[in-house]
Amino acid sequence: MRRRTARTLLGLYKQANAGHIGASLSCLEILLDVMVRRAGQKDLLVLSKGHAAAGLYTALAATGRLDPALLPTFYQDGTILAAHPPCGRQLPEVIPFGTGSLGHGLSLATGLAFSQRYTRRDFKVFAVLSDGDCNEGSTWEAALFAAQHGLDRLTVIVDRNHLQGFGSSEDVVALEPLADKWRAFGFEVAVAANGNDFDSLDEAHRKLTTPGRPRCIVAETIKGHGVSFMQNKMEWHYLPMSDAQYAQALVDTDSDA
Amino acid sequence: MRKEFAAWLEGLGGRDERVVVLTGDLGFQALEGVRARIGPRFVNAGVSEQNMVSMAAALASEGLRPFCYSIAPFTVFRPAEQIRLDVCIHGLEVKIIGNGGGYGYGIMGSTHHAIEDIGVLSTFPNMRCFIPVTGADVAAAGDAMMASGGPGYLRLNLGTLPPGFEMDAPFAPIRQVRQAGASASPLVTVVGLGPMVLNALSAAVPPGSADFFVVSQVPMGPLPEALVSSVTRTGHVVVAEEHVERGGLAEHLALAMLRARLSPVIETRSALGYPSKTYGSQKFHQRESGLDAQSLAALVERCVKK
Repeated sequence: MRRRTARTLLGLYKQANAGHIGASLSCLEILLDVMVRRAGQKDLLVLSKGHAAAGLYTALAATGRLDPALLPTFYQDGTILAAHPPCGRQLPEVIPFGTGSLGHGLSLATGLAFSQRYTRRDFKVFAVLSDGDCNEGSTWEAALFAAQHGLDRLTVIVDRNHLQGFGSSEDVVALEPLADKWRAFGFEVAVAANGNDFDSLDEAHRKLTTPGRPRCIVAETIKGHGVSFMQNKMEWHYLPMSDAQYAQALVDTDSDA
Repeated sequence: MRKEFAAWLEGLGGRDERVVVLTGDLGFQALEGVRARIGPRFVNAGVSEQNMVSMAAALASEGLRPFCYSIAPFTVFRPAEQIRLDVCIHGLEVKIIGNGGGYGYGIMGSTHHAIEDIGVLSTFPNMRCFIPVTGADVAAAGDAMMASGGPGYLRLNLGTLPPGFEMDAPFAPIRQVRQAGASASPLVTVVGLGPMVLNALSAAVPPGSADFFVVSQVPMGPLPEALVSSVTRTGHVVVAEEHVERGGLAEHLALAMLRARLSPVIETRSALGYPSKTYGSQKFHQRESGLDAQSLAALVERCVKK
């Protein structure tokens, strides 16, 4: 499924001649894992790193949550599949919020988890954050609140590819020791040593069992994962692919499995 | 108006179990009754307005009716993006409560003033701003805000209607303030944003020679017939607002009048910021902008005597 979804994703970006490819490839396994293994019918996901929207759309389509016929409208005039997830419940119910400005996702997810104490509904909430999200003060405001109120239905997954908008995260504003920071903020934390590997993600999720504490997985990922010339390259936050690069990306994706 | 608001919210929260009140760590000597009444549905979110507003959006998306309370600048400007994206563009029913709109916090200084709040919020989709005139008006404004559905902002300030004047009922975006025994023909139409109209009422002019209107909701919607008729007769409008001119009542009203094919002479009194670079009470700042009762009364008197 991963390979097929990655091919679809690359095709969307090529058709749209668009960037943010590296960011989507970085978290594709995280999103597929949530959709396939974690999220039941009532559960919710907030993609705080909204710029990985194509990763989200293809993961939704691959898991039967979004009509695949919509995918070719990505980036086209009149689409709901914008470069960032649309606002206003236009996507399937599992995605209640549009995102794209960093620092909103954890607060939204925290609010969703917190709502359960009034509505008595029971569901899990996943928030997928980027390195850049961890620069935002509002992310840490939400972390404090989630810990204060023991929101154990909330799981944060940090797509930790060590690159952000205009540099390495450690060169811009160092985040390490990131797992310790989440622990210090009151989260139960597990590190997925290979966040692009389903088994590694599964192992991390299984470690998080403590009632009364919000959960965080620091998923060590590779930006542009699976495409040789994109891996760990900041520029693939932005660049579209040439025809030759697209052909190479497909070859790399097929051989990556 | 803070106490009247608290009483209204206490009643609403007691009746409606969907109401959840979030505060950005403010509300001392005001919200204790609300907290006692609604118990766990009262949440101190800490000094974290951005998180508070986004969480409120999430609560609203789950069918709850969240309120976000703080002083006006903290609940509007810091989380402006959260209000725009998570609340307004999603069209969610989150109510933002700003205490001390305008220069309400006086000597506390510019950090505590909100003289651009209506301008900022009224450009956001689905947002309606409510500006009650007096303490007695708060409940009606609150009810109107709840009835409006969607995102709302309640700007609380201070105001008392002087004896001899009555404000039209029921609550409406634009209402007339009428003086007992008014019989003279109107020569000027005075339109104020919320309580600001009150500062013009002490003008020493023959009753009826000035028509007074109050705007308590922005966007205002169509101009009521009474205002159109008044402006048609007077051809002269004075606008008073404890808000900067840009994005404030003056601009909203000017456009509405042009659309209604009215082209009166317009004189505006808006918040000028801090022209002397010094600070003082709310009245001091009003005076510096020509918005205090003496200045506005003198302006109305001049218009009538012309």
